[in-house]
Amino acid sequence: MDTELILMQLFSGVALGAILVITALGLSIIFGMLGVVNFAHGALFMVGAYAGLWVASLTGSFWWGLLVAPIMIGAFGMIIEFVLVRPLYGRSIDDPLLLTFGLGYVLVEAVRIIFGSDGIPFPTPPQLIGVVDLGVGFFPIYRLFVIGLVILVLLLLWLGLEKTRFGLIVRAGARDPTIMRVLGVDIGKVWLVVFGLGVGLAALGGVLAGPMRSVNPEMGSLVLAEAFVVTVIGGLGSLLGSIVAGLLVGIAISMTALFAPEMATIVMFALMAVVLLIRPQGLFGKLA
Amino acid sequence: MSSPALAAPATASERKPSSVTAALAAYRVPLSILALCLLPWLLPSKALAVNVLVYGVVAVGYNLLFGYTGLLSFGHAAFFGAGAYITGIAIGQFGVPWLVAVFLGILGGGALAFIIGGLTTRTRGIYFSMVTLALAQLVYYVALQASSWTGGENGLRGFTVDKINLFGTTINFLDPINKYYVLMMFAALALWAVSRILNSPFGAAIEAIRENERRARTCGYDVEKTKLLAFTLSGLICALAGTMSALHLAFVPLDVLHYHTSGMIVMMTLLGGARSFFGPFVGALAFLLMEDVFSLWTSHWQIIVGSIFILFVLFLPRGLWGTFLEKAVR
Repeated sequence: MDTELILMQLFSGVALGAILVITALGLSIIFGMLGVVNFAHGALFMVGAYAGLWVASLTGSFWWGLLVAPIMIGAFGMIIEFVLVRPLYGRSIDDPLLLTFGLGYVLVEAVRIIFGSDGIPFPTPPQLIGVVDLGVGFFPIYRLFVIGLVILVLLLLWLGLEKTRFGLIVRAGARDPTIMRVLGVDIGKVWLVVFGLGVGLAALGGVLAGPMRSVNPEMGSLVLAEAFVVTVIGGLGSLLGSIVAGLLVGIAISMTALFAPEMATIVMFALMAVVLLIRPQGLFGKLA
Repeated sequence: MSSPALAAPATASERKPSSVTAALAAYRVPLSILALCLLPWLLPSKALAVNVLVYGVVAVGYNLLFGYTGLLSFGHAAFFGAGAYITGIAIGQFGVPWLVAVFLGILGGGALAFIIGGLTTRTRGIYFSMVTLALAQLVYYVALQASSWTGGENGLRGFTVDKINLFGTTINFLDPINKYYVLMMFAALALWAVSRILNSPFGAAIEAIRENERRARTCGYDVEKTKLLAFTLSGLICALAGTMSALHLAFVPLDVLHYHTSGMIVMMTLLGGARSFFGPFVGALAFLLMEDVFSLWTSHWQIIVGSIFILFVLFLPRGLWGTFLEKAVR
């Protein structure tokens, strides 16, 4: 097998992994702050892809879809937190999980009613069609763009969390919400924003994945399992863990697709099982 | 061992005695068998009655883990599906007698539960739900790929059981009433087994773990082993339901392995009321009745059922039967 093919496949693994990173990060941020595992995350990823498609078809431009859909769905996420998840704080940790599962069920069916059950093609924006020669081989421009954008978003997130006052409150609130309340911080508002941010990241993942996967109401179910695998491998609540594990899983999937295509959907679960056996708390997780 | 349910003390979740709840708890196995005997004559169709039987058993088996051990698994479709597939493959591709195939299905599903349980019960808290979901999806994709065995996306066909021999007589299994009462014997056996488990010291141990894991550990229980055993037993009963479903439909759709099936089991259990013996069965009945009624109006019945489920999580977390018991106590 020639090296160029392997490099190509490695590269598309990184692009795939980049989308996994952004999606799993959303899940991880929500869990780290609110202690809620969002079982509607896959469905919201799918809703994000549809919203991107819808906005893009209204405005005639992919770029509006990419910008508006995550904000729109992020705002929708805030409504979800405020109306549905908030009444469940203080109850069993299983309750928000059950609720978001039911919500995912409803969202999938709602999209079926509005857009139909069949897949819809998501055209690659004309500026990003084609391949570019990077010296070692030809790479699709769209995938390069996805990797670049994800790096940019990660940088912004890191700056937001580490260098701003709000980021400081978020990090402190994740450690001890009670103390934050005592210090006079309205932690409810922080939860609202963080939930919206996490859901917005899922929606961004959905829009970015649109031109790479087919957009259909069922696309979220594989994504949910993928996001779970990535957060379990990386360690729930660890941002660095999500990044490393997301790339690892993306590369593992695309390399297996090259050498043993029938194992491609199975390999990430096997990877998770191995990590669970050796390090049950995940690569970057702390022991509870 | 004459009817252990009669002599058993009330379990922790049925602590507050009242005449109604005490009677229900003491005679729960005979009472549920009586209800099952009447069921096909109360429901609009016999096929629906068999479905209630199948999913009632799944939900009761699942509740052993969710309601009584306090572990929220999102992967029980794997054991349900494994039971169904193994039975179908044993009959259709190896010509194994149906009763042997049922046993193979139960054993195979139970073995799978032991493996997945061994991996997942090591994880703590919220991880458990995510890992059970992911590992069950692994089983789904394996079944999808192994299409020469499982029929892949088209599902497994070609193992129709038309006649069965039981106690020396030949029974026409295509007749819906015969089918119902044959499968009901399995359901009764499962209910008896679950009731027996809950009344045993082991039943008290799993409830102790649910209430306070650290305290149970301090009291000297081997929490990991107890959880694994509860997981395996729960998987065995779901596998039994899977074999029942395979015999009933003579078809195993790939979707039985999807996590939507696991989610449906969770929904049924919660709708009826986890932590109660009858609750999951009531929930399965309620869910399937809703599906039956709403699917007449719209093909998008899932949006209604999902919304009702959300309302239950928010406002009626004890479910239909649990709330009924609560009111009956007063």
